[in-house]
This record gives sequence, structure tokens and C-alpha cells, in this order.
Amino acid sequence: MDTADIKKPENIVYRKPALITDNVMHYCPGCSHGVVHKLIAEVIDEMGIQESTIGICPVGCSVFAYNYIDIDWEEAAHGRAPALATATKRLCPDKHVFTYQGDGDLASIGTAEIIHACSRGENIVVIFINNGIYGMTGGQMAPTTLIGMKTSTTPYGRDPKLNGFPMVIADMISHLDGTAFITRQSVHTAAAVRKAKSAIRKAFEYSEKNIGLSFVEIVSTCNSGWKMNPVDANKWMVENMFRKYPIGDIKDILK
Amino acid sequence: MKGNEAIAISAIRNGVDGYFGYPITPQSEVMETLMKEKPWETTGMVVLQAESETSAVNMIYGGACCGKKVMTSSSSPGVSLMCEGISYMAGTELPCVIVDVMRGGPGLGTIQPSQSDYDMIVKGGGHGDFHNIVIAPASAQDMYDYVDWGFELAFRYRNPVIILADGIIGQMMEKVEMHPSKPRRTAEEIRRDAPWATTGKTPDRPRNIMTSLSLDSDIQEVFNRKLARKYAEIEANEVKYTEYLTDDAEYLFVAFGCSSRICEAAVDELRQNGVQVGLLRPVTLYPYPFTRIGELASGMKSIMSIELNLGQMVNDVRLAVEGKCPVGFYGRQGGNIFTPEEVVDAFLKFNNLK
Repeated sequence: MDTADIKKPENIVYRKPALITDNVMHYCPGCSHGVVHKLIAEVIDEMGIQESTIGICPVGCSVFAYNYIDIDWEEAAHGRAPALATATKRLCPDKHVFTYQGDGDLASIGTAEIIHACSRGENIVVIFINNGIYGMTGGQMAPTTLIGMKTSTTPYGRDPKLNGFPMVIADMISHLDGTAFITRQSVHTAAAVRKAKSAIRKAFEYSEKNIGLSFVEIVSTCNSGWKMNPVDANKWMVENMFRKYPIGDIKDILK
Repeated sequence: MKGNEAIAISAIRNGVDGYFGYPITPQSEVMETLMKEKPWETTGMVVLQAESETSAVNMIYGGACCGKKVMTSSSSPGVSLMCEGISYMAGTELPCVIVDVMRGGPGLGTIQPSQSDYDMIVKGGGHGDFHNIVIAPASAQDMYDYVDWGFELAFRYRNPVIILADGIIGQMMEKVEMHPSKPRRTAEEIRRDAPWATTGKTPDRPRNIMTSLSLDSDIQEVFNRKLARKYAEIEANEVKYTEYLTDDAEYLFVAFGCSSRICEAAVDELRQNGVQVGLLRPVTLYPYPFTRIGELASGMKSIMSIELNLGQMVNDVRLAVEGKCPVGFYGRQGGNIFTPEEVVDAFLKFNNLK
């Protein structure tokens, strides 16, 4: 089989999702963002909702998500994406509205916005990338940083006496009546990627039912910030992050 | 009706799509009136009480991204919080209307009327290199009219518009004449009038991205210069002011908002005593009537800026006058309001007529 044969439509087994643009991604090799972007693009394409989907970008590494997925985007101020999404969805109720936020954005500066969007039961989807660190600004402590974890602002490891404890956002918001579906996933293995994709699809489908907010946390790696190669980062995530942030569904009001 | 109520009724009657706000004295009647009127059942207007002013302004940022006519209102401490969103909207070139019903400051200050946000709103209103269009009502009728005028300016220039009112204008009850109402724009009209908006990517256009971010300093500079051209156009076309008895005036008051109403009475009192004094009221604070004040300055013995603050607009008056005549200032602070007699007294003292 030569290259021409391989490129024949009947021989193609994998391709870039139709809604992922040709822009060169700025994410580090091994970063989870690229995989999650791909899953969102696939879900939007498979549901046929490109024309009705509006994404809200955060401030952080995924600030440029609008360069990669071919839909209309709003770029929020740091932490404010759920406020933009609230108004966008209420003013355009026929649209699918989602925010894409990291843990610095959502769990720190944007806690008020996410908690109240959940509490109001906004019919939006929130994709929450939790890698326990501020990636874009160079690896500082996030509210989600594990105890003992070294970052550029906890160079001797996170000490709860000095820096407090990690926040487990998904569990916190599960107590709010306005949330419909809350799940925690990861994308470090092929099986995990498939599960994460069905969770994202479910979240988008739930947002059509007007039953409240759907929240998909993706426990992620930041191998640059963690100063590990991608393989070690995945291993470290499984051994440490999953203990504080266990994978699985947390709430599903239709079950 | 109260000035604050006029804002709410005008929003409903002028086809506003959404109001997002947070309670703060002395403007809470705006949201209270909207909630009582339930416009979502009539025009379909969305009204939402946000968890903070920060969220409220970011909600209108999101709504403005969709090409909708969205607004909020607040008072001084709340507007401080909104400055983040105002800057983002200026940087994303988004239309919106924000009402600041000013109270005494700094800090939590008082809940009584003041004009102490002049510098914050006219000179700044957030970080970065930009201008808000600022319009200053002096009556409940103005409050009603400026909502529609504000949106007209906001959409014409794709720029935030601030209605800079104060506790007196917000709380004062006056007769308001209501004009025929305007419907909300349809989805098709929004797609036509705001082709830049996030209305959902269709095959006939590239995706729309509402952002103020640029990592390349050359690209940012090109954008800043584009803004500068827009501001030059605004300054050339939108300056608005009113004059009262300036034709034969030897002295001039400059005052905006409620202060201009008090100064009108001071002018009448002084004229009864044979002093030829007039009043210029800037209606737009940005763009500011520099040229007109400069022209008038040539024939004046003096000009006084009368403000409910420590002297903020007076610096713009000085810039306009360019030393052609003496410039004075009189003000009260902290939520106190001067009477016409106090203004007359200050005038006589400043001009050595007493």
C-alpha cells in the first residue's frame, strides 16, 4: 500500500475533526488541551450544531481556543466566562453555549461566577480543565494544587498552613440545585478519551433539555508546569491527582 | 416618575434586549421597576439580577457579543467594579449602555448625590487606551431619552456609552413624555446590523471571534490607532451642549447634570441684580465641548466650573479656556448639594464683587 492508497477515503481510519482549524496549536506536547479540543469539535460536528454553538474562552493556556475550533467565540475576562455564557444563553435560548475554563480561571478568580451560574441553573455546558497549576503564567500554585506539590509560588511544596487546601470544585457544585450533570473525566488513555467524549456529548445534550448546568471536569496534565515528560506526567496524574480528584460521574439528575 | 424609573421604562419601550444589574443605592429602582414590569412577558426583554457588579458587566459583555442591545446600571462603588468589563468591551469594540447614578465617595462613601466619578468615567473607566462616550442627563426626561440615544451612539461607533447621572437625577420625580415605542430587533436584523456578532457560525462567513486579545505589539498598535480614528470621528460629530443666556454674558458658569439645573437658578438670581452671567451645560462629557467653551472664553471676565466634587471637570474647562480668562471652581462634596444662593455667593467672592 503506497501513500496514494492510504489516502483513499475507504482506507482512512482516522482524521482531524472537520471543525478543528488548520492553525498550529500552541499547546505543549503532552498537554491535555489538544485532546479535549478535538473531543468538543467532534461532538459539535456529530450533533450537527456548529451553527448554533457559541463558545466562551477563558484566560489561561486555552485563551486561544477560538483559533482551533471553527465556531463563534467570545473571549472572556479572567474567570468571567460563566457570566458571559449566562447572558448569551438567556438572550439566545436556541443556542448551545459552553465555557472552556482552566482551574486558575474557574476555581480561583472565577469562583463567584461559576457558583452562581450553577446555582441559577443556567442551561450551559462548562468544560473544566483541572491540571492543578497555572500553566500560561509559568506554573504557579492554583486552588487545585495538591498538598506537597511544587510550583513556582510553592517552591517547597504546597503547605496547607501557608497555602490552604486544594479545592474540589465539582463536588462543591454538586450540592447546588441548579446543576444537572456533573462528571469528572480524563484523557490519558484511549479508553479514558472515549469516556470523556461521551460525557461531553451528554453535557451538550442535557443543555438542550433546559434542566440546569452540565459540568465536565477533565483532570489533566501540565507536563511543562509539572516539569515532567508526558509519560511521567500521566503516571503522576493517575497516582496523585486521581486520589484527590477521582474519576467518574458525581451527579446526574436524570438517573 | 423618578429618573431611575424613567431609565427602566425607556429600556422596555426602546427595544432593549437585556438588563443585568446588582442592587446599589441610589439606583436600585431601575432593576426594581424592570422586575415589576415583567418585560419578558411583553417584549421578551431579559432582566437578571447578577451576583455582583463584576458579573453584571460581564453579562452585558456576553450579551453585546451577540449583537444584542444590553445595559446595566449601578452607582459609584459598583461602577468601580465594572471598570474591568468596560475596558474589555472598549477593546472588543462592543456597544452597550451603562448608567452610573453617582454618590459621594471615595470608598463606600455616602448614598447621597455627587458628581465625583467624572474623572473615573470621562478620563478612564478601566485600564488601557480608550474612551467611553459619556452623556450627562439633567432631568428625568433626559434619563428617558438618553437610553435610546445612548444605544444609537453605542451601535454607531461600537463603543460603550455611559449615562453619567447622579443621585438627584435618579431620585427626583418629574413629568416624562414617552415617545412611541420601538420593537426589539429580530434575529435577522441583528445578523444584518451586527455581522460581527456571535450569532452562530453559518457557512457563508468565517467564525466570529469577540476578543480584545493580541499578543503582537504591532497588531495592538494598529488597533489602538483604529480606535484613535474612531474617537476623532466621535469628537468631530457628537459634541453636544446647551447654553443659557450666553449671548450677552460677561461671566460664565460651566456645569453638567443636576449642577446645571442649580446654576440656572443662580444665573437668574444674578441677572436680577444686573450681573450678566450665562451658563454652558456640557451634555456630552466625552466628547467634551472644548471648542465652544474656548470661543466663549474670549469674551468673558471669568468662567467658573460648578461641580458636586472637589474639582474634576474644572481641569477640562481650563484646557478649553487656554488662559484666555480666569477660571474658578466651586463645589460641595460627600453628598451635600449647593443651593443657588451658595453658588451666587461663591461667584461674587471669586469675582471680587462682594
